[in-house]
Amino acid sequence: MSAVQEVVTEAPTLDAVPKKAMTLGNGTSLIILALLIIVPLLVKNFIIFQLTMLLIYALAVLALNILTGGSGQFSLGQSAFYAVGAYTSAILMEHADINYALTLPIAGIICFAFGFLFGLPALRLSGVYLALATFALATAMPQLLKLGVFEHWTGGVQGLVVTKPDSPIAALFGHKISQDMWLYYFTLAISIAIYIFSVNLLKSRSGRAFMAIRDNEIAASAMGIDVALYKTLAFGVSAGITGVAGALGAIAVQFVAPDSYTITFAIQLFLGMVVGGVGWLPGSIVGAAFIIFVPNIAEGISKGLSGAVFGVLLFLVIYLVPHGARQVAMVAQNLIGKLKKN
Amino acid sequence: MLSRRELRIAAFATAVIAFAATTGSALAQKKYDTGATDTEIKIGNIMPYSGPASAYGVIGKTEEAYFNKINAEGGINGRKITFISYDDAYSPPKAVEQARKLVESDEVLLIFNSLGTPSNSAIEKYMNAKKVPQLFVATGATKWNDPKDFPWTMGWQPSYQSEARIYAKYLIRQKPDAKIAVLYQNDDFGKDYLKGLKDGLGAKTSMITAEESYETSEPAIDGHIVKLKASGADVFVSITTPKFAAQAIKKLAEIEWKPLHIVANVSASVGGVMKPAGFENAQGILSAAYAKDGADPQWDNDPGMKKFYAFLAKYFPEGNKLDGSVVYGYGAAQTMVRVLEMCGDDLTRENIMKQAASLKDFTPDTLLPGIKINTSATNFAPIEQLQMMRFKGEKWDLFGDIISGDLSN
Repeated sequence: MSAVQEVVTEAPTLDAVPKKAMTLGNGTSLIILALLIIVPLLVKNFIIFQLTMLLIYALAVLALNILTGGSGQFSLGQSAFYAVGAYTSAILMEHADINYALTLPIAGIICFAFGFLFGLPALRLSGVYLALATFALATAMPQLLKLGVFEHWTGGVQGLVVTKPDSPIAALFGHKISQDMWLYYFTLAISIAIYIFSVNLLKSRSGRAFMAIRDNEIAASAMGIDVALYKTLAFGVSAGITGVAGALGAIAVQFVAPDSYTITFAIQLFLGMVVGGVGWLPGSIVGAAFIIFVPNIAEGISKGLSGAVFGVLLFLVIYLVPHGARQVAMVAQNLIGKLKKN
Repeated sequence: MLSRRELRIAAFATAVIAFAATTGSALAQKKYDTGATDTEIKIGNIMPYSGPASAYGVIGKTEEAYFNKINAEGGINGRKITFISYDDAYSPPKAVEQARKLVESDEVLLIFNSLGTPSNSAIEKYMNAKKVPQLFVATGATKWNDPKDFPWTMGWQPSYQSEARIYAKYLIRQKPDAKIAVLYQNDDFGKDYLKGLKDGLGAKTSMITAEESYETSEPAIDGHIVKLKASGADVFVSITTPKFAAQAIKKLAEIEWKPLHIVANVSASVGGVMKPAGFENAQGILSAAYAKDGADPQWDNDPGMKKFYAFLAKYFPEGNKLDGSVVYGYGAAQTMVRVLEMCGDDLTRENIMKQAASLKDFTPDTLLPGIKINTSATNFAPIEQLQMMRFKGEKWDLFGDIISGDLSN
């Protein structure tokens, strides 16, 4: 228990001003945004697809970051919310012929409700016990999706194939827009919107309430914060964003099946959050890059021992930069600051 | 009269024209799509080297070793095979990523023997939209034989349904008044199988008097067996994966239930199931097979298996001949090589599908005698035949004719 808690309780001590440390400076944000917009124009469709998955996983990691980094609650059940979002979108698109863009808010709302309701009983648990309860949710989800009762809708073990949307515009800056490129920019727009929403949420009254609960629950309630409400709210928001990510994932991958959303995926998201830096929202994209690209690198080094190589790489990251990408970013910031002074 | 010099020039010119004409026609015959050149054929593959199904990863390694052997012996029509195999950890989204990497980044000619029903379902639509062959997929699901809707996807092994239909045929013929109890795994494998059994029984589906399903997460299946015994059935069909098949055999012996016991082919391994369950408990069990068992001494002098053992010794010494996956990978890779040989110098994706759909009586070294691979433009199920076998002593005895799992006959 102490090991898990350390991550959360230690992390805030790193930054004196949590609000500011949650985000990036304006200049850096703009550079990253420009890169995210320009790079797809220069690379192959396959890389664009990988970048789309990067954004989608970054959203899912961001959602977990709000929950863990923001309100201090653990969840190993994010894969379940992701699955609900993915299936909602897939079922609405394939069975009800609803436009893919409209399925996203529906997936978000359903997952918000699901997360909020799950948050109610989960309130009574804290720390590793909460992590265990969500773990149960993650292990149960693939089996629930296989149930014969829902088979007509979910396609059972065979899963559902989703049609990929075509681009409504023909060209951009003289580039022909492929399905992949369109989906990338579509995902990027949604990711930016959710990122801005999340940053503002954490800066708002609710965000301060989340952080107060994270830092000290008793003190928070003494200050008049409705601990129960805000804890479930954090769960709901996190699940809602994860659901949108899941829906986007279903559209990008064009396929949903119970085996896509196992506990392994939930652990990957957790890992992405730790690598990106707990409580540091921009780190989400770094964490997502880690869980997408590092297994490929590990496989390139040794096929038979890819798991072991991945483990070693992960160990190195945790050992060298225990606070993840945030620590790297802060070191870089200090260096740049020193250079400016000179 | 032409001078000698003119004559020489004329002769030379004729020779040049003749040469140009022949090489021209030869050049015209050589046709390539992405992934094939005069010297190389790029083949992609996706395997679960990590994750819950990692035991199957050895199939990919066997295939790599087999292609190394082909390259060492001069390649296919002078072209060397480059085999690029990626890990998808049995996760469908990862399989999509790897398939796209193979097709768009590595630019392979085709994807061969990608493993797992969920992973192949995930990439099927993409492969067909891109018109890249998804050949000889490593799954027993029935859906891969659908040339009309998915003309770029083809299976290899007998489908679970055809195998189950063979048991149904056997039961109708040998035990028409049987009361059948079925235990099946609650996933795509189990359900596909159960459907085949019911289709095979046809009007006599009522012969099935009890059905029980189990989850792979259950530690033991004893309760299901006791229930099935109580139903009074005299035939027990065990649609189970190895661990559970062995448990069932043991439990049957323990509660002294002695029905006619049929075990699915995936769990017919002597080393993996029969031995741990106890040979004395496994006597008389029925199953069906399409490949030779590397553990069975009756094949020691079989010319095909001799080639297989020689291959193992020289190119894949770490491969275990008792492992059915090694036998499997060898047979699949041999089929792939056969198709590429048939393509000659026309290595377009279209021609590859055409040749893959025109295999006539092809027999890889590791298939049972009499079992042949046949495909056509309307039949994308390469292996459809199996032979029944009975466990006796410490090995399987094949009996009866080679039976086709086709519904029509």
